[in-house]
Amino acid sequence: MRDSLAVGIATGAYGISFGAIGVATGLSVLQTCTLSVLVFTGASQFAFVGVVGAGGAPLAGAATALLLGSRNTLYGLRLTSLLNLRGARRLAGAQVVIDESTAMAVNRQDESHARLGFFTTGLAVFVLWNLATLAGALGGQALGDPRDLGFDAAVAAAFLALLWPQLTTRRSRVTALGAVGVAVLLVPVVPAGVPVLAAAGVAVVAGTLGRR
Amino acid sequence: MWTAILVTAVGCYLLKLAGLSVPESVLAHPTAQRVAGLLPAAMLAALVGVQTFADGPSLVVDARVVGVTAGAVALLLRAPFLVVVAVAAVTAALVRLI
Repeated sequence: MRDSLAVGIATGAYGISFGAIGVATGLSVLQTCTLSVLVFTGASQFAFVGVVGAGGAPLAGAATALLLGSRNTLYGLRLTSLLNLRGARRLAGAQVVIDESTAMAVNRQDESHARLGFFTTGLAVFVLWNLATLAGALGGQALGDPRDLGFDAAVAAAFLALLWPQLTTRRSRVTALGAVGVAVLLVPVVPAGVPVLAAAGVAVVAGTLGRR
Repeated sequence: MWTAILVTAVGCYLLKLAGLSVPESVLAHPTAQRVAGLLPAAMLAALVGVQTFADGPSLVVDARVVGVTAGAVALLLRAPFLVVVAVAAVTAALVRLI
């Protein structure tokens, strides 16, 4: 229980940055907060505002967010046998299938502890993430020109910080390097938003080729 | 904009629900697992690159590169998320002031 709250408070820090960055890229406070309540998966939300803020079509932002959200499907697959959720519990639980709640569920010894870890962490993160988003959005709105404050660099750094823990294997590092190259080289030739989507192809190639 | 936000919301929810609802064997194929596992790294890396170098349809090297580099140094020093983001923002802002 205490672990869940600690995780919730830690993710609150991401929430503040998301709120501030959301309004800096031109979304309203309401739009920024709606993303946190309804989408509720951090990397996808950052991706959405990143693509839209760079001038990409909103639907290209949505497509990027969905590709990033696909990892929650894998979490769900792992959780199914652990939690054994049915009916309304499954429908409610689905919204809080995220990195943190999955991490807190997979290390428990039995089903009831796994459920407790999953739901308390999911709820703690949900509440604190949304409060932090609101605080960040209101604060960001009060600050002024986002470029003068270096918010564009902050968005890039936020992606880098999210990427960092993913780079644990050689394959993932090669994939990341390839993806940066493909996306940056495509910037001058295709509409905004497309380069990031095209980088998904690098993951497909890297995941299909080779055995290790 | 609202349409895209709602599409993202519904889509992300269905992706989460799908994981809890389909039999485990459907996505058990090792290649599918590997591709799905690599997707976040690819997308996030691409977002770093585009967010650092793209200015509309052109590529530029400006204060953002310095800011992101400072953020990377903070990451190497194991700084928490909020510190990394703040270091990058402040550095880029200072470079623009000079």
